[in-house]
Amino acid sequence: MVPTLAGVILLVFLLFKFFGGDPAQILAGQVASQEQIDAIRRELGLDRPWYTQLGIFVREILSFDFGKSWMTREQVSAIFLTRLPATLTITIPILLLEAALAIPTAMLVAYYRGTLLDRTVMAICVAAMSISFLVYIIVGQYVLGFLLGWFPVQGWSDDFWRNLLTYAPLPILLAALVGLAPQTRLYRSFFLDETKNDYVRTARAKGLSEPAILRKHVLRNALVPVVTNVSLLVPGVFVGSFLLEIFFSIPGLGREIYLAVNRSDYPVIQAVTIYLSVLTMFINLAADVLYTFVDPRIQLR
Amino acid sequence: MAAVLDVTPENAWTALWRRLQQDRVGAVSLGIVVAYLVMILFAGAGFLAGGWSREVGVPYANPAFIGERLNLEGVLRKRAEHKGVAPDLSAVDPLAPKYAEWERRTGELKMSEPERSMTLPWGGDRWGRDVLDKAIKGSQVSIAVGVTAALCATLIGTLLGAFAGFYGRWVNDFLEWLYNVFTSIPPILLIFSLAAVLRSGVFAHLFASGIWMVVIILAVTGWTGMYRLVRAEYMKHRSREYVLAAQAIGASSASRMFVHILPNVSHVILVQLSLLVVAFIKVEVILSFLGLGVPVDMVSWGTMLSEAQTELVIGKWWQLAAATAFMAVFLTAFSMLTDSLRDALDPKLR
Repeated sequence: MVPTLAGVILLVFLLFKFFGGDPAQILAGQVASQEQIDAIRRELGLDRPWYTQLGIFVREILSFDFGKSWMTREQVSAIFLTRLPATLTITIPILLLEAALAIPTAMLVAYYRGTLLDRTVMAICVAAMSISFLVYIIVGQYVLGFLLGWFPVQGWSDDFWRNLLTYAPLPILLAALVGLAPQTRLYRSFFLDETKNDYVRTARAKGLSEPAILRKHVLRNALVPVVTNVSLLVPGVFVGSFLLEIFFSIPGLGREIYLAVNRSDYPVIQAVTIYLSVLTMFINLAADVLYTFVDPRIQLR
Repeated sequence: MAAVLDVTPENAWTALWRRLQQDRVGAVSLGIVVAYLVMILFAGAGFLAGGWSREVGVPYANPAFIGERLNLEGVLRKRAEHKGVAPDLSAVDPLAPKYAEWERRTGELKMSEPERSMTLPWGGDRWGRDVLDKAIKGSQVSIAVGVTAALCATLIGTLLGAFAGFYGRWVNDFLEWLYNVFTSIPPILLIFSLAAVLRSGVFAHLFASGIWMVVIILAVTGWTGMYRLVRAEYMKHRSREYVLAAQAIGASSASRMFVHILPNVSHVILVQLSLLVVAFIKVEVILSFLGLGVPVDMVSWGTMLSEAQTELVIGKWWQLAAATAFMAVFLTAFSMLTDSLRDALDPKLR
């Protein structure tokens, strides 16, 4: 994990150092004198050799102090703390709702495998996956929010419950619907892979009913790849909802980093990229530990 | 005795072709994909939708089949054309004395404003451009970006995967480290970082026009899956007998890697390549929607959707419908074709 982390830091540093614009130029703006640019350069340590700059960069990361945003002068750590709650308010319900909808649907389709129902649902899934997420959001926001008025078109408040119950339902619903098709397809294949195993044949041979086989034997074994897949989705809860945040003007982390890209706000982008990569590594580690609970046959070495 | 060896084994690609033809869904999908490819070839050569950027209709021209619909923006535009008289502001306007001269100079230039039509086959956008032409041109750009980026990602992934799998040892260790680094950054953050750097960086002027910025972003982000697959295949193949036999007759490493092993793993690469095309087109659409994709003087499905968002609120739904339909039909057909391809190439199903 440490070499990987070092690699991530090095990659981000080299990317911004050698391919990015001159920070002093971006900071000073269009109408800056040479002295101003030189002053900023000295302040940021840009006049030093690149390895010293890498040292400064690493120190910033380890001390959790990325300084201020170039454009808004807001502390980068404050951006994390104030934007994350809004993002999590919509992404965690999305994750739970998707799993709660996709696993039963996939089991149902797997039970009726090969029939007309199965083929119809799968064809709908492929077609649904071919339509851009953008279209679902545009049409959903227009029809459910604007025309029918069931949900507010956009907005956010300071109150958690009001956010969750008034502003969040429409984005959550849309994202869960969009996620349903690919996940149902994937989980169906996990269930079908399991039904080919010998223990399923044995269960059938001893006269167990098909629903009981699915529920008692197949579901438990198929949970291993399902857990893997859900754990792969977990890192997405931090920025994965950036499109929803942009459309519904939710002040979350994803929208913040999109704005940062638009205004070339390098410290914000670098900090979010590095810390979320670290978080992703820890989540993957936690998922490995979780396997041993789901499947006692798996042992960590 | 000689007659025994007369049967030549069926070529793998002819077998694939035969099996694709037997698969009805696969054949129909292939037909649709080929139709799209012909369409974008014509569009690329300028035979089709060459004038997508010309303002041929009134703003928000109605589609032909609902031509009677009230189109306020269009009517206003027509009226302004016929009596373009501005109110008299000469008392307060400091530029008023110059108008006569400018008027004279304008008269010297020949300008022809073509008659704008009130309806277009599939409606018009805010500037009166033909939505159908835009959708065709947009298909060309979106598919070109998706396919080019997928080819670049495949090239990177295949080369690195081949090296890691074939040589093993420190080459493998190094490339595995690189793979871990790239996969531990959440993809969307890598995309955003690259977009930020390429837009404002030292090479920004190179990407001011054209599709290369999106292609590079997608290729650098998307090579990892291909690398992993190809590496696994090469590890499996490098000690197979046919490779050892090639080594015994003196084939070099490069020859064994790319002449002997590559054709035997190409089916894996082909399926993964088509999966990448679908994924990349979806990402391109989102990036262009956000203004991080194709430049403003080009049209893609993503830029069409970003215009459609504001149009929908005033009831102009046709651009959204056109972009969505063109995209959905292509991606559905391409995904189905990929599934058929995978089935046809799967040795277990033969």
